[in-house]
Amino acid sequence: MAGFATGAGRPLQGRGGSPGFRFFLYALVSIAFMILDQRFDWLERAHFLMQAATYPIERAVSSPIAAWRWAQKSFATRASLEAENQRLRNRLRNLEVRSMRYDALAQENAALIGLRDSLPPVASRWLPADIVNIQLDSLRQRVLIDRGTVNGVTAGQAVLDDHGVVGQTMHVGPWSAEVILITDPEHALPVAIERTGLRTIAVGAGDSTSLALPYLPANADVRVGDVLVTSGLGGVFPPGYPVAKVTEVHKDAVQPLAHVRAAPFAHLDTDSEVMLIWFRHDTPAAPLREKHGELAAGNRSLQPLAVRPRQQASEAARKPGTPAAKMATKPAAPAPAKKPVRAPT
Amino acid sequence: MSASSPRIAMLKTVVGALVLTLLPLPSWLEVIRPGFLALTVLYWSIAAPRAGGITLGWICGLLLDAFEGPVLGEHALALAFLAYIGVREHQRIRSKPIFQQSLIVFAALVFYEVVLFAIDGWSGHALTTPLRWLPTLTGALIWPAAAAILARSYHPGT
Repeated sequence: MAGFATGAGRPLQGRGGSPGFRFFLYALVSIAFMILDQRFDWLERAHFLMQAATYPIERAVSSPIAAWRWAQKSFATRASLEAENQRLRNRLRNLEVRSMRYDALAQENAALIGLRDSLPPVASRWLPADIVNIQLDSLRQRVLIDRGTVNGVTAGQAVLDDHGVVGQTMHVGPWSAEVILITDPEHALPVAIERTGLRTIAVGAGDSTSLALPYLPANADVRVGDVLVTSGLGGVFPPGYPVAKVTEVHKDAVQPLAHVRAAPFAHLDTDSEVMLIWFRHDTPAAPLREKHGELAAGNRSLQPLAVRPRQQASEAARKPGTPAAKMATKPAAPAPAKKPVRAPT
Repeated sequence: MSASSPRIAMLKTVVGALVLTLLPLPSWLEVIRPGFLALTVLYWSIAAPRAGGITLGWICGLLLDAFEGPVLGEHALALAFLAYIGVREHQRIRSKPIFQQSLIVFAALVFYEVVLFAIDGWSGHALTTPLRWLPTLTGALIWPAAAAILARSYHPGT
């Protein structure tokens, strides 16, 4: 018998009516909340406030782990620090060598596609963010980061790490934001196979090490080892960012679709720091933006309003491609092939 | 016993359960982590149906929604329902030996999870992996220990 404290057997009466009636009332209020939250965006403000209110608790819960990490770091030996320093210096040198001809190539590329100036870089601003170490939901792949609207973060913003795409922001609070990872079962990312240019959708498989490509026909040209990059459709990521590498391809003669799995490049389970990127929407390489989707919601002051004449032309050329921007929600339809068109000046 | 004393114990245990819910764990433990908040609400609605009851369940549910719900009100409804089961059947559940209690708790948690599952599906955030039913089982398994610990929180030292 688990010691139930209060005296048993006293009749349950008094204030508040019968339990059935009270449950009925609370159920009605809950259902009203859900409908308001789901169908109309009336509770957006409430979400924002709740995110603000829960952030201190989330910080407090994660603090022992943060303290342990800090202690580990401060007692790191000189040897291990030197080794890390050496490793980082090597990596920096490699990257510098690799990027040495980048400017020249950018000029050359612009000349080839008929522009007078080279294209502006697609990312205008980036900000590192720490992952707050708490569990938001064990079966959904969500993490909390310590940047919010005070840092200019908006909903539907790209999150990367130094290996590849991590995910995008969902609910944003004043000091924190919830990030949905690309491996979440509810997340669908428009990707292209780098080798062939074949476009498809990568859906999260629910664990941090694999993505599923459920919409590839059985005769599609896909092999183990193929690299998946973002295709630029969907409105969050510009084309060309590395996403995952194909690890498993099953083609069954009786199945119309191939069974393909891929492993994300980003270290989703071990990352403690990620990058938030702001993309410029006036470069031809920018991701296509949905006009009315929730992706476009957020702080409009951060999105460029003035469109230069050259971009208007390319904007118009892009119009027929806009249905493709809805790929993330209607993945079964083959996308009309529309690369962002560069209009010559 | 004063009227306020179960309330303070409730507050303490709810905060404790919330911390246990948010604490990051290795992923294999993550999957079997029982719904600590659900167990706490169920315990209090059986042990002190008049002090907490359905109101406690609803408030705890809103709190849980603030952290992890896809729609606001989902856990609030499910936990209020769980508390309602507890309050309604509290006399019958109390009089059972602990292993039978575990079975009843298992059934109640299955109801709770069915409500969550239905709302997930309705709101378009369906999560169909069979893993989501595991915490129901582990919750029932740790019920004897959880009930003992929660009972101590109310009368420490006895």
